[in-house]
Amino acid sequence: MTNHWVDLKNADVIMMNGSNAAENHPAAMTWISKAKDERGAKLMVVDPRFTRSASQADLYVPIRSGTDIAFYGGMMKYIIDNNLYHREYVVHYTNAATLLVPEFKGPAELDGLFSGFIDEDKDGFGTYDRGTWKYQTDAAGNAVRDETLKNPHCVFQVLKRHYARYTLEKVSRITGCPQDKLEAAYKLYASTGAPNKTGTILYAMGQTQHTVGSQNVRALSMVQLLLGNLGRQGGGVNALRGESNVQGSTDQGVLAHLVTGYLGIPRAAQNPTLAAYIEKETPKTGYWSNKPKFLVSMLKAWWGDHATPENQFAYDYLPKVENPAHHYWISLFEDMYAGKIQGLWIMGQNPAVSGPNSRLEREALKKLKWMVVQEIFDTETCSLWRAPGVKPADVQTEVFILPAGDAMEKQGSIVTSGRLIQWRPKVAEPPGEAVPDDQILNLVALKLKELYASDPGPFPYPILHLKWDYGKEIDIEKVAQEMNGYALDDVKDPKGEILAKKGELLKGFGVLQDNGTTVCGTWIYAGYFALADDGTGRMMPATKRRGQKDPGGLGMYPYWAFAWPANRRIIYNRCSADPNGKPWSEDKKLIWWDEAQKKWVGYDVPDFVATKAPTDPGGKDPFIMHSDGKGGLFAPLNEGPFPEHYEPVESPVEKNPFSSRMHNPVIKIWKTDAGKSIGDNWGTPKEFPIVATTYRVVEQWQAGGMSRWLDWLTECQPGMFVEMSKELAKEKGIQNGDRVKIRSARGEIQAVALVTGRFKPFQVEGKTVHQIGMPWHYGWEGLARGDVANDITPHVGDGNTTIPEYKAFLVDVKKA
Amino acid sequence: MAMVRKAMLIDESRCTACRGCQVACKQWNDLEGWGYSRTTNRGSYENPPQLSPQTWTRIKFTEYEGADGFRWLFLKEGCMHCGDPACVRSCPTAALKQQPDGRVTVQPDLCNGCGYCTQFCPFHVPRLEVSNLLTGRAKVSKCNFCQDRTDNNLIPACVKTCPAQALFWGDRDKMIGAGKKRVQALQATGFKNASLYGENLVGGLGRLYVLIEKPEAYGLPAHPQYPFLTSLWQDIVQPLGKVAMGGSILAVLAAWFIIRRNIKMEEVE
Repeated sequence: MTNHWVDLKNADVIMMNGSNAAENHPAAMTWISKAKDERGAKLMVVDPRFTRSASQADLYVPIRSGTDIAFYGGMMKYIIDNNLYHREYVVHYTNAATLLVPEFKGPAELDGLFSGFIDEDKDGFGTYDRGTWKYQTDAAGNAVRDETLKNPHCVFQVLKRHYARYTLEKVSRITGCPQDKLEAAYKLYASTGAPNKTGTILYAMGQTQHTVGSQNVRALSMVQLLLGNLGRQGGGVNALRGESNVQGSTDQGVLAHLVTGYLGIPRAAQNPTLAAYIEKETPKTGYWSNKPKFLVSMLKAWWGDHATPENQFAYDYLPKVENPAHHYWISLFEDMYAGKIQGLWIMGQNPAVSGPNSRLEREALKKLKWMVVQEIFDTETCSLWRAPGVKPADVQTEVFILPAGDAMEKQGSIVTSGRLIQWRPKVAEPPGEAVPDDQILNLVALKLKELYASDPGPFPYPILHLKWDYGKEIDIEKVAQEMNGYALDDVKDPKGEILAKKGELLKGFGVLQDNGTTVCGTWIYAGYFALADDGTGRMMPATKRRGQKDPGGLGMYPYWAFAWPANRRIIYNRCSADPNGKPWSEDKKLIWWDEAQKKWVGYDVPDFVATKAPTDPGGKDPFIMHSDGKGGLFAPLNEGPFPEHYEPVESPVEKNPFSSRMHNPVIKIWKTDAGKSIGDNWGTPKEFPIVATTYRVVEQWQAGGMSRWLDWLTECQPGMFVEMSKELAKEKGIQNGDRVKIRSARGEIQAVALVTGRFKPFQVEGKTVHQIGMPWHYGWEGLARGDVANDITPHVGDGNTTIPEYKAFLVDVKKA
Repeated sequence: MAMVRKAMLIDESRCTACRGCQVACKQWNDLEGWGYSRTTNRGSYENPPQLSPQTWTRIKFTEYEGADGFRWLFLKEGCMHCGDPACVRSCPTAALKQQPDGRVTVQPDLCNGCGYCTQFCPFHVPRLEVSNLLTGRAKVSKCNFCQDRTDNNLIPACVKTCPAQALFWGDRDKMIGAGKKRVQALQATGFKNASLYGENLVGGLGRLYVLIEKPEAYGLPAHPQYPFLTSLWQDIVQPLGKVAMGGSILAVLAAWFIIRRNIKMEEVE
């Protein structure tokens, strides 16, 4: 989230799209209720299905799964046509005024494509050469801007032309949402364009788990920029994260394309040396220009004294990738299925149930030579070799189960969606032989070092030289200190003032150095474990604080724990003041320029150089992570710099109304074992006319590893079900409570039919399109059992992240 | 009642049916779950299908197509803690008690499993759990407003856990005030049928609801009364029965004396 949970109470309009927060983030309702009670805020829920969140909505907007870009495109057209955008904010804080080179062309001119598309094998899918996706620059190399927004090449005008096709009528026909509902939705949300109003957009997997997932998020971010909602209280682009520590895990670079703190992982061809990495990956302007300091400090954390200026700080020990896309989930499982991977170590995850096209993925797992599963229950993944219908003798995989301690049985921190890092104590002992994850990893690392020492092989140094001094019984606070960072030597500023003393825990990343004198495992966490005041004078590691002072009453709670970066609660908060440093409105003030003190003051840590005046160079550039300091209305991703509507890979319609290009042109369509019973198979509307989606319910958790073994939760939601409209049920002769079969090109499952008025048929492009939905929590183990929903989901993912398209695919349904 | 009466206010306009209250109640009161009830999905989120001695509160789900469009109504069922509790009146062993602050509680060791309370409650709340079919040993249990917590100035477990700001606990008149205020706010935003349920029913309920549709839409009785038979039983038949019982004993004793005297008199003659 750019903002944080408590801040929801400051919103005037809350739009939930692709999120069912009442079920999947129930604590959110505390703050949404406050917003409604205390400021008369309105809640708008956009969802194909009337959910428990929708029951709280002032406006419920039904759209077919997979049509979010059409929805947002229509909204942007509405905002621009009706002059509802926050003009001053747009002109000064975004790249709306920046001119693009005339060679840039978009889908309106190129029938669904941007300029630079390369499709060598002419199969409709390829990549983009981004050469024409750039700003016009003057002789000095600065971007040219027209702050009247009139120049036909300025981003604003190009954007306007791009979404001109997204008329209410077209959007209504493709989403299946009635025009009057769309207009009501646009009107309500666009009201937050007024300078004294803010709106927040809450989203989750309903936006991201699509082949156009990244562009969905781009679209809603653009809406927030147009309406002036980013960097303001009650505004923001707010991803509601899933698992309890997915935020922490992405912070630590657990994704294939990252190392810690969102630094890109080195690529073998482009970054063979540290110098090459620094040269290629470091922008000249913007805060990322400090990348070398972050990377070198991380290398010092990992290899300690073995990371020296002479050996590029052990850069050679860091693994390089050819292409991160080869290591994302779907690629990984395709490689496993092809027999290319020997072993897999799984920690607290249940891929047998959670993976897309799970019949194929379970076969992939059975091709491994060995598999280690760190778990708290004997899940479907643990017991793959004795699943129903599987003969143990047929499975050659050696499975090791390491019983792990659960969340309450170890101490440490986890991070909320709002970037808040909260330390938790251990409150119970792990049962029997179970060992907490950190100690398991500690034992493995120590053993590996032993083994590499006795039998080094050709390149043992990454392990042998790894700095691993946390003790035989791991002292997790030592890890925390390393992540926070400390000075190996006195760090001085150019005047000779000491910024950090030798051995001292760093209070912030501003003192990080690229010369090996600072250690910092995760630059964005710098300061989280340093001693800090909890507001009452007591000092303790910042993340352990529970101070309840709230200056300003905005719910910032600056003394409660630590929010990265730098305990900043709302990022890009320079945007909360106008170009002159005055708040856009008194009752929405967050930070402002104090002329007397010559610094930014207010209720949050300024996301800006504290002493940089609005009149200084860069004084009006709030988006400090971008080279030009402006919010990106125009911002390149793999499939383009503007979101464009493409249908899900399995789509119920024959034509895309906005162009003749049906699908995202940069995605990879796998065809492994196509045509076989288990394989990458694709369905057409003729055989599978019904749109299906998968989702979660509040009573169960993810792939069930933490909830389907629990008595009270199982009682509430004991088994697999599928929700369908009364109209579809009638068509198929299905009664509420009947057992039904749901079939896709990839398999067939059974479930209990839940016939409901909360799904209604959509009128799409002149015909009736039904949609059904089902939870994906169930498997054959535990107390709460049911068929695995992912047996029927497709093996295809987003054009940038490859997150699977779990949310929109095609099925047929009939009575069992 | 000597003390200030306490009550729970349930704002069904805020409830999102997350079942946090259902599970918190089970956790605090150590109640059984699926291992005991073996629930299955029968075409609804609603589970378990009824209140029971192991389920003291549960959420009822109703899809409602009203004049103002589609609504998904949620109702947190449980003992209403009536001001004039039929169960207490009908209980022959005084296991069911009305506490000074209005909470209606069950003392398990006094319960003889007769089941009268299950017959007379106008809301069909108390349920009997037979623990031994042979001997017929059975007990009733139900929501007691977390007696052990509320006895010690803590709020009931369900109220503590609710993330949606839908549950409140406190002095009854304050709960009524808050409920009425909420109903006014709802009516102002278009919920024409919003009402506060329970202010004066059955002696005034200890469990008050802010409803967004009419009570009947939720399956709640608009005018709950306990059967005339309950008061008939307690106030007339039982006393008459005692009189009759006492009278019969006296009559038998008297008859014994008279017959004995008659026999003696015959012997004398």
